[in-house]
Amino acid sequence: MRALVVRQVGPGVAVQDLGRPGFLAKGLTQGGAADTRAVHEGAALLRQSPNCAVLEMVGTGGTFDATEDIRIALTGAVMTAQIDGDAVAWNASHLVPKGAALVIGPTRSGTYGYLHVGGGFATAPLLGSRATHQSCGLGALVSAGEALPVATDKGRDTGMTLSPEPRLTGGTVRIVPSMQTEDFDPAIRALFEATEFRRDPRANRQGIRMDSDSQGFTNPKALSIVSEVIVPGDIQITGDGTPFVLMAESQTTGGYPRIGTVLPCDLPRVAQAPAGAAIRFEFLSLADGAAVQARADAELRKLPQTVTPLVRDPAQMQDLLSYQLVGGMISATDAPLDEG
Amino acid sequence: MTQTDFAPKIRSVGLNGVLVTFGDKATDTANRAAIAFRGAVDAAGWAEVQESSSTLVSAFFRIDLATHGFDTIRDRLAEVLSAQDWTTAQLPEGRALWTIPAAFGGARAPQLGEAAEAAGMDEALALADLTSARLRVLTLGFAPGQPYLGTLGQAWDIPRQVGLTPNVPAGALVAAVRQVCLFAKDTPTGWRHVGQSAFACFRPNSTTPFPLAPGDEVQFAPVSEAELARIEANNSDGSGGADRVLIT
Repeated sequence: MRALVVRQVGPGVAVQDLGRPGFLAKGLTQGGAADTRAVHEGAALLRQSPNCAVLEMVGTGGTFDATEDIRIALTGAVMTAQIDGDAVAWNASHLVPKGAALVIGPTRSGTYGYLHVGGGFATAPLLGSRATHQSCGLGALVSAGEALPVATDKGRDTGMTLSPEPRLTGGTVRIVPSMQTEDFDPAIRALFEATEFRRDPRANRQGIRMDSDSQGFTNPKALSIVSEVIVPGDIQITGDGTPFVLMAESQTTGGYPRIGTVLPCDLPRVAQAPAGAAIRFEFLSLADGAAVQARADAELRKLPQTVTPLVRDPAQMQDLLSYQLVGGMISATDAPLDEG
Repeated sequence: MTQTDFAPKIRSVGLNGVLVTFGDKATDTANRAAIAFRGAVDAAGWAEVQESSSTLVSAFFRIDLATHGFDTIRDRLAEVLSAQDWTTAQLPEGRALWTIPAAFGGARAPQLGEAAEAAGMDEALALADLTSARLRVLTLGFAPGQPYLGTLGQAWDIPRQVGLTPNVPAGALVAAVRQVCLFAKDTPTGWRHVGQSAFACFRPNSTTPFPLAPGDEVQFAPVSEAELARIEANNSDGSGGADRVLIT
C-alpha cells in the first residue's frame, strides 16, 4: 500500500480537507481545515485539487516515512522540517524518497501547519469527506503506528515554492455586519472596533476567545434572543461580554448574539494568530465586504500561477550554517536544489 | 401560541447566506412557518442556494453573497414571502411520524418527578402529557441529528435547572421551555432528564446517518425498564425499537 507511516506524532494532528458541506439542516457543521487558504496553497504547490485531504498539525508534527517515493508540500504555520536530517523549506514542495525520515515540528510561527502529499491522503471518507470532526465522532486524531494511505499521484514537480499571504501574527481582520449587529448599540460597536484584542490561549477548532482590557460588549437588548444559525467567522458575545470567533467546528446554531462576521478570506488570519497575538476588527459594509471577498476568491483561483521554482536565497535561509553552500554549486545544471 | 404582530425579517448572515425569520420568540407558529418556507424555496430549486436549513424560528439559505448580491436575493425572497401567509402554510410532504419507545421516571430517567413538580402536575399526568403529544421536530442541532421537539403545553414552560447535571446519557429525553430534546450523545445539561430511549439520533456509518428531519413528528411510547433493556440488547442499528410511517 502506498502510505505515509506515522512513527511519532504530536497530540494535535488530524486528517482534514475543505469540509463536509450539506448537513446544516441535520445539525452537522461543515468542519474541515482551520486555514483553508493553506489547503489551497498546498494544492497549488503540488499542482493538484484543493479537495485532496491533508494533515493539519498543531504545535508539532511528527516523524513519518513513506512506503514509496512521495511528493509533499508544507504550508500554513511555519514549523521546522527535515528530510533525512536535512532542513527543508516551508511553503514549498519536496520529494520524500521511500524510507527517508520526514521530521516536522515544532511550530515557529502561526498555529495550524499543513502537510500535503501528492495524490492526497486516501483515508476512508465519512459522509462525503475525510475531514476529522472529533466531537461528532467523525474520524480520530492521528496516532503513532498508523499507516495513512496515500492516493496515486499524477504529478511530478517538486522544489516549487510560493509566497503565502502574510497571516501568521494576527493584525487587522475585516468583518461585515450580520443578523444581530444592529441589536448592539452603535457605541458598543464603535468600542468593539476600537479595541485591541489578544487571542486567548483558550482556543480550538470550535472557537477562539478574544481577550481585551475593555469592560466587555454586553448589550441588554441582545441578552434574550432565540437560538439562531451560526456560520464560520461569526463573532458571538457571551453573557459576560466576551467575544468568541466561531471556527470550522462550531455548532450549527447558538443562543449568543453575533456582533459581526469575519470575512471568509480573513478567517485564516484569526485561525493562525498565536496565543497573545494582537487582533483588531474592522467593519466593512456588506457591499464592500462582498467586493473584497470576491477579489480574494479570484486570487485564490490564480494561486497555481504564483508557484515558482525554489531558489535558495541565503537571505531567507533560517539557519545558514546547516546548508552546504559549496556542495550545492558543483554544477550549474544540477538537479533543482529541492531534495536536501 | 400565535404571534400576529411579527413581520418576517430577511437578513444577511455574514457573506454566507440569508436568514428569513418568522418570530422573535420560539413559538410553534414561527417554527411551522420557517419549515414551510424553507420547503417552498427548496422546491423552487434556486441555483444560488448551496444548502438550506431551518432553526427554531427561521429558514436559512446558504448562498455565496460575494458572488450573488444580497439585495437581489432579498427581493426574490420577499416575493416568495408575500405570496402567502406562511404561518398557516402546509408543511412539506415526505415528513415522517416516529413512535419511539422510552422509559419514563425511575432509575433510568430520575428527574420526571422534579419536572412534573415544576410543571405543577403529578408524575402520572406528566407521563400522560409527554406520551400523548405528537411533537414536531422543531430543529436539529447542538449535536448532529439531535432534535428539539415541541411544543408542549404552557404548563411545561419550565426553566432550565440552575446547576448542570454532569452527564445525561445518549438517548435521554430532557425537558425545558415547552420542549423535549432527545440527546444524540452523553451531554452535561440544565434540562431535566424525564425519559430514556435507545434511539440513536446520529448514525455516521449507516445509510441513514440522520434519521430525523425538521418537520417530522415524534410520539413517545412508554415502556418498562425491562423492555428498554431488551431493546438496548438488540440495538446494533441504533433504531431503538422505533417505528416510522410517512405522514403524507
